[in-house]
Amino acid sequence: MSTATAQKPKLKTSAMIASIAGEGQRTVAAPFGHALVKLAAERPEVVGMTADLAKYTDLHIFAQAYPERFYQMGMAEQLLMGAAAGFAHEGAMPFVTTYAVFATRRAYDFMHQTIAEDDLDVKIACALPGLTTGYGPSHQAAEDLALMRAMPGMTIIDPCDALDIEQMVPAVAEHKGPVYMRLLRGQVPLVLDEYDYKFELGKAKLVRDGRDVLVISSGIMTMRALEVAKALEADRVDVAVLHVPTIKPLDTSTILREAGRSGRLVVVAENHTTIGGLGEAIATALLTAGVTPPFRQIALPDAFLDAGALPTLHDRYGISTNVMASTIKNWLG
Amino acid sequence: MTANRARVAEHAYRIRRNALRMGEVQGQGYIAQALDIADVLAVAYFNAMRFRPEDPDWEGRDRFLLSNGHYAIALYAALIEAGIVPEEELETYGSDDSRLPMSGMASYTPGMEMSGGSLGQGLTIAVGRALGLKRKGSDAFVYTLFSDGELDEGAIWEGLMSAAHHKLDNMIAIVDVNNQQADGPSSQVMAFEPLTEKMQAFGWFTQRIDGNDLDAVIAAFDAARNHPLAQPRMIIADTLMGCGVPFLEAREKNHFIRVDAHEWQLALEALEAGRNQA
Repeated sequence: MSTATAQKPKLKTSAMIASIAGEGQRTVAAPFGHALVKLAAERPEVVGMTADLAKYTDLHIFAQAYPERFYQMGMAEQLLMGAAAGFAHEGAMPFVTTYAVFATRRAYDFMHQTIAEDDLDVKIACALPGLTTGYGPSHQAAEDLALMRAMPGMTIIDPCDALDIEQMVPAVAEHKGPVYMRLLRGQVPLVLDEYDYKFELGKAKLVRDGRDVLVISSGIMTMRALEVAKALEADRVDVAVLHVPTIKPLDTSTILREAGRSGRLVVVAENHTTIGGLGEAIATALLTAGVTPPFRQIALPDAFLDAGALPTLHDRYGISTNVMASTIKNWLG
Repeated sequence: MTANRARVAEHAYRIRRNALRMGEVQGQGYIAQALDIADVLAVAYFNAMRFRPEDPDWEGRDRFLLSNGHYAIALYAALIEAGIVPEEELETYGSDDSRLPMSGMASYTPGMEMSGGSLGQGLTIAVGRALGLKRKGSDAFVYTLFSDGELDEGAIWEGLMSAAHHKLDNMIAIVDVNNQQADGPSSQVMAFEPLTEKMQAFGWFTQRIDGNDLDAVIAAFDAARNHPLAQPRMIIADTLMGCGVPFLEAREKNHFIRVDAHEWQLALEALEAGRNQA
């Protein structure tokens, strides 16, 4: 090999806040925080609330712009959800932030009873969704979608990149009712601007067409799927990517239309355990409709995940671009 | 007896009677709690709160959040007495398609501000409502009733701490201390005393009263509303399970009461007898 000194890629830290952006990838700083500031200028009912994680959910941008509309509730997620419900009862539109694990695991009953049952206009934005931190199972929200899908009346969004987030914020404000949003924070990759894409609540979007494989994905896995598609071009494998940013309600008509086109391997890719997430939702939709293409899942295992550097873990659990590309190639035979 | 006290006492009597009549419909229920909290509800609805019976969602109303949803029978009794729920619906209590389910739910019942049932949530919702009212410039109060058993729940303490932190002087919380929860006396299930000192230490203006002494309840609500400092207000009300019906007061296991068919009439008669003595 000419590059004998093949350098080991520099592994990123296993610290809680690890960037999901690849080397040299284009990024946007704090898209959620800036989008919320923009929204708040037009919507006086918007308030921001957090459980001691404003700085780590990009809500500090909002807090700086609108200090009188920012409410610090302390490290108390049950209180955060209950108080957001009370605020919404009084006509406000709270955007509340914490980490996905703390909202879904710790304050589930409060979201269920105080927010969802009363169909309140509370928008819950949760950082570190799926496997986006190497800090260990305490902070890895591998099962958040399963929990939230089971909650009646909850709209669930899993954005891919900064563009998705910027467009999602005003869209969820237009939507009446509670919303759970997976949140990418800090330096967030910008990917979808290269494609003719616009976020629409409840809509799946075919970002790229292809003959051989249809990857149906949400969140950062759409970014990975697009990278895989580029990588597999060299092997003359033509990959289509259907981005599903709204997990619930699911855009089954678009999914059925694309999955029903014959001859393609259907791969659902999600940053979530195989249990109860996008894969199972789509499998149910396909079987119910009698559409049965060859079907595979790329997802996290049903296990407590390791601590470590994110690139290592994404390789280990098969959701990195490289491993995903080779997995799909093997499936094609 | 002042005319005002007599008026409120009559409402308290009628709230108890409404609750017993609903209990009779199902033959069981959280009757002892309804009887113990009737005086507090009578004072809340007939001597303290602003509301419009014909418009339960009137923006200027004081909010009353029933955190302990299993006390719904008590609140229904008060809502009927207040004219917010028609008296004829009393007979539907706990039945299919009734607006009066056994556990209080906001979407079912006019005047019900929250869905209880999962304990320890009311105070957190009240915090948000109080913040929201302040932001709107409203001078309405948020009342929250929860029970001593709910003190077991961690979220109560999150709510207590945050209400003081945010200086929510528009919040008035009432703890019903009847020392009875599902597994036995509250003080044995999870010790919570000294409660007054704890509430004061958490930054609340705190009064502890006999919750079945109508004069004391009236005075406590007045003091809570008129307290001059920027802090939330707590009324700890020691109450007697089954209050007003001596043979129910005497029952040892009265967290969830089943009353034999013939006893309902006896209970109503005992209540009536007590009223005449008052």
